[in-house]
Amino acid sequence: MTLAATAAGHGFLSPSGVEIAFVLVGIATLGAAVLTVTTRQLVHAALWLVVALGGVAVAYLLLTAEFIAWVQVLIYVGSVVVLLLFGLMLTKAPIGRSPDADSGNRWAALVVALASAAALVWVVVDAFRATWINLDGAAQGSTEASGRSLFQYWVLPFEALSVLLLAALVGAIVLSRKSGEGEAAAASLTNGAARAPAAPAPREEQR
Amino acid sequence: MHLAYPAVLAVLLFCTGLYGVLARRNAILVLMSVELMLNAVNLNLVAFDVWLRDTLHAGQALTLFTIAIAAAEIGIGLAIVLLVYRNRGSSDIDRLRDLAEKPGAADGEPQPDTTAEAAA
Repeated sequence: MTLAATAAGHGFLSPSGVEIAFVLVGIATLGAAVLTVTTRQLVHAALWLVVALGGVAVAYLLLTAEFIAWVQVLIYVGSVVVLLLFGLMLTKAPIGRSPDADSGNRWAALVVALASAAALVWVVVDAFRATWINLDGAAQGSTEASGRSLFQYWVLPFEALSVLLLAALVGAIVLSRKSGEGEAAAASLTNGAARAPAAPAPREEQR
Repeated sequence: MHLAYPAVLAVLLFCTGLYGVLARRNAILVLMSVELMLNAVNLNLVAFDVWLRDTLHAGQALTLFTIAIAAAEIGIGLAIVLLVYRNRGSSDIDRLRDLAEKPGAADGEPQPDTTAEAAA
C-alpha cells in the first residue's frame, strides 16, 4: 500500500509549515479574486486584482519559483493593472458604485462557475490525492536555473515572443490612434455607428 | 507540499474568473477576469513543473511565455475596448448587439445583408 505508506509520512491532518502558509495565502488570494469579480466599484475591482495577483506571486514563492514570482510582480502588478486602471479611466468609468456592473445572467454564470468548480475540484483531488511536491533541495525556479533553461532550450520561442510583442505594440498603436486615414476608413465602413472621435455618442448614459 | 493545494487553488481561481467573464458587463472587468483565469493556468504550470522536477523547466518557461502573451493580450484588448468606447460611447458588452440575430428577421422578411444566411 504505497498510499498508506506515503500518507504516514505526509497527511492532510499534519500539514507542514509551507502548506499552512500556502493555504492562508490561497484563502487571501481567492477572497481577493471573488471581490474582484463581485464588487460594484470598478476601480476597487482593479485594486482587489492587485491583491489577487500578489497572492499568486507569493504562492509562486512558496513553490520555490522565485523568478516567476518577481516577473509576476513586475508585469502583472506593475504594468497590467496600471493598464487596466488607464482603461477604466479612459472609458470614464464611474468612481462610486455602479449598479449595472453585473449582467442580467449573473445567476446562470454563478451556476456554471459553481458546477465547473465542483467538477474540477472533485477530479483534481481525486487524481492528486497521494501526490506530494518535494520542496527540499535546490530551488527549482531560481533565476539561474530559469535563465539557463530559457536561453539553452527555449531560445527560439523566446525570440518569436519578442516579435509577437512587437506586433502587439504596433497593433495597439494602430488601433488606438486618434485620427488619420484609418479612422476615416473605419467611419466609412461602419454605417453611421462611428462618430467624430471627440464627440461621445449621445447614447452614453449619464454618470 | 501536497500537490492538491496549488491545484485546487488554481481550479478555484479559474472558476472565479469564469464567473467574472460570464457575469460582468463592463468590458474592462471582463479583461480582469480573463487575467484571473490566465493566472490560474500559470499557477498550475508552476506547480506541475516543481512537482515533476523537469530538467528543461518547461512549465516555468511556458509560464513566462504566458505572462508575456497576457501582457500583449491586455494591450490589444484595451485598445479594442477604447476604440469601441470611442465609437459607441459605452464599453458595455451587453449593448454591442450589431451582429445579433434579430428575433423577427429570421422568419419575416430578411434584412438585405442577411439574405445569404437566411437562404442557407
